[in-house]
Amino acid sequence: MMTTLPLDTAELAQGASRARRDAWRRAFYRMRQSSLSIVGLVLVLLLLLVAAAGNSMAPFPDHITGGIDTAMRFKPPSWSNWMGTNELGQDVFSLVLGGARISLFAGLAVVLLAAAVGTIVGAFAGYLGGWTDEVLMRLADLKLTLPGLILAMAVAAALGAGTLNMVIAISLGWWPGFARLVRGEVLSRREEVYVLAARALGAGPVRILWRHILPNIVSPVIVKMSLDVGFAVLTVASLGFVGIGVKPPTPEWGQMLSTARGFLPDYWWTAIFPGAAIFLAVLSFNLLGDGLRDVLDPKSRR
Amino acid sequence: MPLLHIDNLHLAMRSYDGEAHVLNGVQLQVDKGEIWGLAGETGCGKSVTGLSVSRLVNTPPARYMQGRILFDGQDVVGESGSGKSTLTRCLLGLEPVDGGRILYRGADIAVHDAHGRRGHAARMQVVFQDPNASMNPRMTVHDIVAEGMVIHQRELGLDGPARTAQVLTLLGHVGLGRDHLHRYPHEMSGGQRQRVCIARALALKPECLILDEPTSALDVSVQAQVLNLLHEMQQAFGLTYVFVSHDLAVVRYLCDDVVVLRGGMVVEAGPTEQIFSTPQDGYTRALIAAMPELESCLR
Amino acid sequence: MFAYILRRVVLLVPVLLGLSMMVFAIGRLLPGDPVMLAAGPNASREEIAALSAEFGLDQPIPLQYWRYLTGLLQGDWGRSLQTRGPVLEDLKVYLPATLELVLAAMLIAVVAGILLGLLAAVRRNGWIDYLVRLASLASISMPRFFLGLILQLVFAMWLGWAALGGRFPLTLSPPPSVTGMLTLDSLIAGDMQALLLALQHLALPAIAMSLSPLATITRMMRASTMEVLQQDYVLTARALGIPPRKLLFKHVLRNALSSTLTVIGLYFGWLLGGTVLVETVFDWPGVGLYATKSILTQDFMPVMGVVLSIGTMFVVFNLVIDLLYGVINPKVQLR
Repeated sequence: MMTTLPLDTAELAQGASRARRDAWRRAFYRMRQSSLSIVGLVLVLLLLLVAAAGNSMAPFPDHITGGIDTAMRFKPPSWSNWMGTNELGQDVFSLVLGGARISLFAGLAVVLLAAAVGTIVGAFAGYLGGWTDEVLMRLADLKLTLPGLILAMAVAAALGAGTLNMVIAISLGWWPGFARLVRGEVLSRREEVYVLAARALGAGPVRILWRHILPNIVSPVIVKMSLDVGFAVLTVASLGFVGIGVKPPTPEWGQMLSTARGFLPDYWWTAIFPGAAIFLAVLSFNLLGDGLRDVLDPKSRR
Repeated sequence: MPLLHIDNLHLAMRSYDGEAHVLNGVQLQVDKGEIWGLAGETGCGKSVTGLSVSRLVNTPPARYMQGRILFDGQDVVGESGSGKSTLTRCLLGLEPVDGGRILYRGADIAVHDAHGRRGHAARMQVVFQDPNASMNPRMTVHDIVAEGMVIHQRELGLDGPARTAQVLTLLGHVGLGRDHLHRYPHEMSGGQRQRVCIARALALKPECLILDEPTSALDVSVQAQVLNLLHEMQQAFGLTYVFVSHDLAVVRYLCDDVVVLRGGMVVEAGPTEQIFSTPQDGYTRALIAAMPELESCLR
Repeated sequence: MFAYILRRVVLLVPVLLGLSMMVFAIGRLLPGDPVMLAAGPNASREEIAALSAEFGLDQPIPLQYWRYLTGLLQGDWGRSLQTRGPVLEDLKVYLPATLELVLAAMLIAVVAGILLGLLAAVRRNGWIDYLVRLASLASISMPRFFLGLILQLVFAMWLGWAALGGRFPLTLSPPPSVTGMLTLDSLIAGDMQALLLALQHLALPAIAMSLSPLATITRMMRASTMEVLQQDYVLTARALGIPPRKLLFKHVLRNALSSTLTVIGLYFGWLLGGTVLVETVFDWPGVGLYATKSILTQDFMPVMGVVLSIGTMFVVFNLVIDLLYGVINPKVQLR
């Protein structure tokens, strides 16, 4: 049963992509069945939209970049200012929208960076074993014993103000979690027969990790990533609350909450709305993460 | 000179409650073009022997205590450069003897030696028992069969379309076609999957194939097809087989010569018909007597 | 068994050593010049040089580490620029405060969590269950500092039931310090008035800290209880006619508890390092606040001290949990 040449590479490629699309379709079907995760997905998409839209969605975009209006100080929520104004007369709603961008992108960046570093470390530790494993995992374990928030604060403060420094500082404390996860997964796949077959074909560790092991552990890593984004956002806001990280006039939810502390209880809107924004953002990501986990990792069904 | 020579191989395996002696002086000589069966019950060490030849046994937890394996006159272990440094370390007493290192001839059969492993891979391949588990569930048939060629890109110099052409040729040899090219393993039957594994093993044009119970996981009717295919391949390409199986009927059908293993030791060896008609050892006789009559199925 | 315990305890030493090395490394790597900060803007060249020598900054790194380590063991954890005192002394005051907060929070979380989890599992898929699940999810998403602010707003400012901040009314004198924890000290001194005041101050921050572990413990209890409820021995007991409440507390609880124990252990350690925000909101003088202020003033010795002490407590505490586990479940020791 021999086949004839020439080969139609386009046809072959089509066959491959068709197979992939089927797998995706199945995953989405399962996701649709969980209502909470749909809510999470919608909220997250909304948040991303707001963040990406930049200042254009805000009613008072100039407030986001530092404009003030001393005549309008401390106005309670009204039709013109949905969330009232703060001590500088800035529209709180606009500031909340502006703050979304920093919080969300920083949170995502943290998780991405931590996942990347953690995966590389965990993969090599798990596959190579021996000394590499011992050293790397001891390092990760030690890192986990140290109080994360305090360390992130210290490193961020030392590195100086700015979003990038803050992201790096937080990621530094986040990667061990991913490393542990990936290492465990790699360990359990390492002895699979198809890995053995690849070794028989002469494959080296990098190829085996990249082609055979990592693609099969993508699910738990993605689940962890989605579950972690919410807490990363929370951590970013926490740093802002303490006064580290993003510097004014860039609006940041945690920071807004911090300055609003002094104005309680009279001007409650300056605090409640930024706080609620943090809560909603974290909740959305958590819902989404939970939903993704139920879809991608059926073992954890409750 | 025999193509494959397993010389007095002793292997110990470390586990929670101590060390178990898995191979106790296995002896086997295979000439080019021969089909040798490795028969015995579960746990007699036949799979481990097969895997040892392909250098796929992990040390630790395994430990080769004695003996050696020679492939084409060369120590499977010693054919590469890095073996020498380990050997030197062993000889100088710098390497602890039971740190999972091999005691004989020095050099390491296991994973550290990339160059040697590549060369070895090109000459000896393995077909595993479980066709389901031996293929990456996320790879298509095309990628699975082509992988060997991709890894040995440097030596073979085949580009994308050339590889695909070769894949199609190989699939043709094993009785599969173009429509199987983009299937995933779970979209095929057991027999089809095993054919893909055979195609994969043949891709690098090896001299010798280690077949570890390749038909045990298949339905009886399919077994016959796969066995016949293996026979065809052996004739067509002049391959040498080491065929590991617990199913004596299959061994009798396919293999020219048989080695019977028990407890990691060779109990009896010789041409198939001789062993089956006039078994010398008591254990061999018991094994043969226990065979169910399946020959009608195989013809 | 004894050998197992001994082995684990001995293994503690390299871990602690590694911890101190890590803290030292972090301290060294952080930018910021301790000499300049200590000397002040008007220091002369000689003063700077003298301080450099005193800090030992001119020596090779391993030697510096050795100095650091020996200093630690002798009780010299550096000085705080902020309080102008030795770090160790500061820690002796601030650490119990944080401990008190964390213990109170864990108490609330564990008791309420276990009860809620049991309740939710028993009344599975009822409205209580649904509510509990929803509330759990919301609880872990809630930022602690925001919750603290809301609690302050509602309970302190509007209702006046609890205190706004601090540990004790400034105008009154606290009971004599035995453990450093005001609630315990009040009990020891038999001063009910002081106990009430201390609790009034402790309530809100403890609640704020407890929400997150409460949610997780509830979830875990619910999951493991549900699992246990389906086991054969529970069905057997029910068939035998054992009254449900007795069944619940005697059989189900004990078995469902074990996995929850690990979570409790983990959370305790985690909370220790996570009091920063709540302490800031409630002006609670614990190590979190101490560390924060030090960080903001670029004063790093106290931060290193805080990190080291929390890390050590975490490691020791985990060891205790592990040993307890090994005692409860001997299979673990094989590893």
